[in-house]
Formats: sequence, C-alpha cells, structure tokens
Amino acid sequence: MPRTDQKPRLAVWKFASCDGCQLSLLDCEDELLRVAGAVEIAYFPEATRSSIRGTYDLSLVEGSITTAHDAERIQEVRRRSRTLVTIGACATAGGIQALRNFADIDDFLSAVYAHPEYIETLSTSTPISDHVPVDFELRGCPISKSQLLEVISAFLRGRRPVTPAHSVCLDCKLKGNVCVTVAHGTPCLGPVTHAGCDALCPSYNRGCYGCYGPKENPNASALSERLDQLGMNQDERLRFYRTFNAWADPFREESERHEP
Amino acid sequence: MSRKTIKVNYLARVEGEGALNVTVRDGQVRNAELRIFEPPRFFEGLLRGRDYSEAPDVTARICGICPVAYQMSSVNAMENALGIDVDGPLRALRRLLYCGEWIESHALHIYMLHAPDFLGYAGAVDMAKDYPDIVKRGLALKKAGNAIMALVGGREIHPINVRVGGFYRTPTRKELAPLAEALKQARDDALATVRWTAGLDIPEADRDYHLVALHHPDEYPMNAGRIISSRGLDIAVEDYNQHFVESHVQRSTALHSHLREHDCYLVGPLARYSLNFDQLSPMAREAAKDAGLGATCNNPFQSIVVRSIEVLYACDEALRLIDAYQEPEQPFLAHEPKASEGFGCTEAPRGLLFHRYRLDAEGRIQEAQIVPPTSQNQPSIEADLKEMVGGWLDLPADVLRERCEQTIRNYDPCISCATHFLKLDVRHE
Repeated sequence: MPRTDQKPRLAVWKFASCDGCQLSLLDCEDELLRVAGAVEIAYFPEATRSSIRGTYDLSLVEGSITTAHDAERIQEVRRRSRTLVTIGACATAGGIQALRNFADIDDFLSAVYAHPEYIETLSTSTPISDHVPVDFELRGCPISKSQLLEVISAFLRGRRPVTPAHSVCLDCKLKGNVCVTVAHGTPCLGPVTHAGCDALCPSYNRGCYGCYGPKENPNASALSERLDQLGMNQDERLRFYRTFNAWADPFREESERHEP
Repeated sequence: MSRKTIKVNYLARVEGEGALNVTVRDGQVRNAELRIFEPPRFFEGLLRGRDYSEAPDVTARICGICPVAYQMSSVNAMENALGIDVDGPLRALRRLLYCGEWIESHALHIYMLHAPDFLGYAGAVDMAKDYPDIVKRGLALKKAGNAIMALVGGREIHPINVRVGGFYRTPTRKELAPLAEALKQARDDALATVRWTAGLDIPEADRDYHLVALHHPDEYPMNAGRIISSRGLDIAVEDYNQHFVESHVQRSTALHSHLREHDCYLVGPLARYSLNFDQLSPMAREAAKDAGLGATCNNPFQSIVVRSIEVLYACDEALRLIDAYQEPEQPFLAHEPKASEGFGCTEAPRGLLFHRYRLDAEGRIQEAQIVPPTSQNQPSIEADLKEMVGGWLDLPADVLRERCEQTIRNYDPCISCATHFLKLDVRHE
C-alpha cells in the first residue's frame, strides 16, 4: 500500500568499512536535525536502537562485500529499498580492503590471525554494484558532507543529484592553488581523480592520493609517464594507484601495467 | 526450572558489528561472551610492503570515528623506528589535533550514543524532540572538535595533513585565532555537560578494575608517556609485548588482549582519569569535584561523566595550546628510512592504542602490529557483564536487556577498530 501521508523512510546500512561515511551524516551538525525532520529514520543502528521493518524509500549503503553472509544481505537490502545509494569508496569501489584482491587471502589471514580457521571471509572485497543494481554512487574516502546532503535532498525531491564529474585539477585552478606537481615536482593523482574534496591535499602542500577514485575517462598512462619523470619507480607507481580505490577499473588497470 | 531467551538483533549506537550471549542457569550467570563478527579487513596484512610514510593515511581508515588516534600512534611508532624526536610547536600541534578528536568523539558518544540510555530514548533524534537545547548543545560541542580536526588535519574524517616527522602544512597563528573563539563557547558547553551528566540517574556499581593508561609527568596523557597501571605496572611503550599478549578466540574476529600476569584490564576514560587526575587542569579538577567524583572512579556507568570532564579538559587544553602556539620554522623534520623497529602508543578517546612496525632499509613495512582499545577492553566488558548481570535478574526482561546494552556502551566500543555489531542473546537455562 502506498504511504502517501508519511515522510520518506531513510535507512543506513553498513558492510565492511570504518563507519566514517555514515558518521559524515552525524557530522552535519548544523543540518542533522533538519534532515531528521524531513525523513523518517527507519533504520540507522549507529544512531538509534529503534528500527522499522518493511521497505525504505532511500537506503544509504556504506562498506564493501567481503563475506558470503554480506553477499546475501545486500540482496535483501536491495529488495527492501526503492532507491539505493552507495556512500564512499568501500561501497563504490571495494575500499582499502580490496587490496586483498591482488594478494593471496591466506597470506593475509595468517599474518593477522592465530586461527585462520575461525574466520569466514571471501577472498575478495567488491563494490555493491557487483552484486545489485545501484541507483547512485557517491564517492570519497570519506564522502563529502555537502555532497551527501545534496544526494539526500535530491532524492527527497525526486531529481538526480548534482555532483561534479571533473578532476581535482579543475578545483585547484578554481581555488588558485599552485600546482604541486609543476611547481614542486610532487607526485599527484589529481589529474585522474574525481572532484569532491575541494582539492584538499594540494591546498595543504601535498599531492592528491586519490580518495575520490577515478574521474570519467582518465588518462592514467599519461600521468604515469609524468610520475616516472618525477623519479617514481615502478613499485611506487603501482602502490600510488593502489590505495583506497584500488579496485576501481581505471586505477586497477593502470596499477596492473606497473606490476613486475 | 524456567528457560528464557532475550534477543537483540543489533546492539545499536556502537561503532561496529557484534553480539552478546549471556547464559544464566539456576539464577547464576554462567557465561558472558561478547562475539564480534565484524568482517575482518586485514590491515596488518595489507600494510606489509607499503612505505612507512603511508602508515598514517592507511591506518586512519581503520576507524572513521578516531582516525587521529591511528595517525598519532603510527607516526609515533615510525618516528621511534627512525630515531626522530618531534618536539616544540609540532608536538603541540599534534596535541591540539588530538584534543579535537577527543572533543568530537566524546561529544558524539555522550550526547548521541550514550545519553539516550539514561533518559529512555532510542536515539538522539528522538531525544531531541523533548530535549532540543541539550541535543543542540551536544552538536555544537562536536562541531567545535571537528573545527580543530578540519583546520589542523584538513578534514574531520581521515585527516590528510599528518605525516611522519610533523605535518604537510602548519597553520599560522592568525588561522588558529577563530578556533579559540569557538572553543571558549565550547568550554562553557563542556562545563554545562559535566553538570548535566552528573545529574543523570546513574546506576550504582563499583568494579575492582585493573586500570591501564599512559602517564606523563607534565601533562594529561594523549600522545606520549609510560604505560602504568593501578597495580604497579610501569613500563616503557617499547616493552608492551613483554607484558601484554593477544589471543584469538573463536567467537570474535577481534583479538583479545590480556596482561600476562593479571589477565583482563581496563583502558579508556576511567583508567586515564583515575591514574592521572593530578594532571587535569584546575578547571577540570574543580568540575569533577563539583560533579561528586573523587580522584578515582570505578563505576563504569559514570564513564559518561568522566568523558564530559575529559571534553572540558580538552577544550581548556586546546585553548592553552592555541594561546602558546609559535609557528614552527619547518612543517616537518627531514629523515631517512633505515632497517628498524618502532613502537608507538597514544590515548585514543576509548583507550590505549598500540602500534609496532618493523621496516627494511628502504622503509618498507615488513611487519605491522596494531592493538586497538576495544580488543583490550573485550575481556573486561565480558567480566562486567558476568559480575553485574547476576544482580539484575529480577528486572523485567526488556529492562535487563537494555541494562546489558548500556553496560557495553559504557565502553564506547569501536568494533570497526577491533575489527564490528552486537546481537544480544541472554539465555536462562
């Protein structure tokens, strides 16, 4: 039955992650109570004990799929969600834990646990879109609070969210930052990285390390040539692409070109 | 003999995923097991082969709520390995950044995660309907902590400005000035928070904890000190592994940490406060006295008051640090990698956080060991429940269940840190 007289139901879900992206919602100190007034918070265990069963108008999903149980749970979340939005690099690209995808999971298990047999895990960490259809992917490690508010208000009004598709470089130009690569020879992933952080790292005199993942149509091989000229060796270039969005296609493919 | 099972599918308002099983037979608590089934993320595995300089960025991702703690313990360990001593204004700036994390993390826990237990609400949003000004005060306090994180660290979650040897960019005195204005208001809010939490209906309890925290002769512990305990332990951080041991139990994807000689122990605000009361600022000590606290505190339900004292202290200390700040000549100390081993320990909002790394000559990480506070507190959480549930068996089932959850929330457990969600299953046999 349609619930025409009720506020839209919001749910926040967690898979393998650090909780930082859902914390971004609680970090909207000035807007939190207004957001909470515009929706019915139907499921958000980090913030409330109460939970409403049934279906949800908007589900925000944090974290990647790393266990067989979570691979089933995401199917259930999708079935119960009218709109499903992934929040953050883990849910959108597999996260830092996707570094296992390039390694032998048994090595990782034995490095960390005395009894690997107690641990149930998949050998991969994969984004939510590998498992279920996703309506919108919000990038970032962590996501940007202002983009999160834009996504929530867009879906509440039934429109597509407006988030920029350009690279970090353009934001540096807009902020008047001196280019850290051109001026100081600092390796920077800005040319191939999606905007969203407001060119944070170059503003603090360091190169971008790719929190927001690949921009559309990045020319990573041209950047790698430049990184080579700056003195980065092959192993360093490989690791440069393999951080918090290592499993996102363009970064993964470029990193594989630098494998020994 | 009556049998009864009480279940909570998720212990809410903690960070992470786990479950609790309490077995009661013939009116006696036989067993209390905290199960953590947060999916493991293998940080200690994936750090191997990475460059030492990447540790603060990578380990920050263990936890979105206390990333600075990971950054600080990791840079301390790397600097210990490489023989660098970060002192003066750079050290003061790190302490200021850590004050920011204590304020935002403690304010989040006090107002949004813990206070609803004392007032009978499902969460802070429900609480805001009846106590709008109180919840707004909590949010304002949290915002002041986050303002420090954003300015000194670059952003609130996963700060980008921390590096081995110091910072990428250090702020000017002028940039810090607006923080001081916000922090004066925050200090007033923190004082009001101490008074408010002290007036909550706090259950009686007196546990005989073995308290463990850092101790520094000149300051309330955050970034530096020796590891001391209420039963006479007094060791350098380097000697951690000689006294503490981790074990892997089947019910948990987080390792359990024990003291070799005394078994379970408590880290976190109660331990810090009770072992370092004299290092608090006069204003914080006075507020503690007015709140009815002594120089030590062994009631885990009073942790919400002790956290408030620490927020007050952190606001006061941040103001002192800003006032005394001199702009450093260099944002970081230059250094060269070498084959080495290093140890680092700091006080995360929820307790002691130990890191150890072994590096090769090129500075690549050969081995990483990270012991988060929640791993250390897991046995103590179980011991609290085992000891206290017995006295509550006459309570109605839903009240008993809530009391168990509250007991766990006293610890502000961070299960992502320790690996994450709690299901509660109290079984009466």
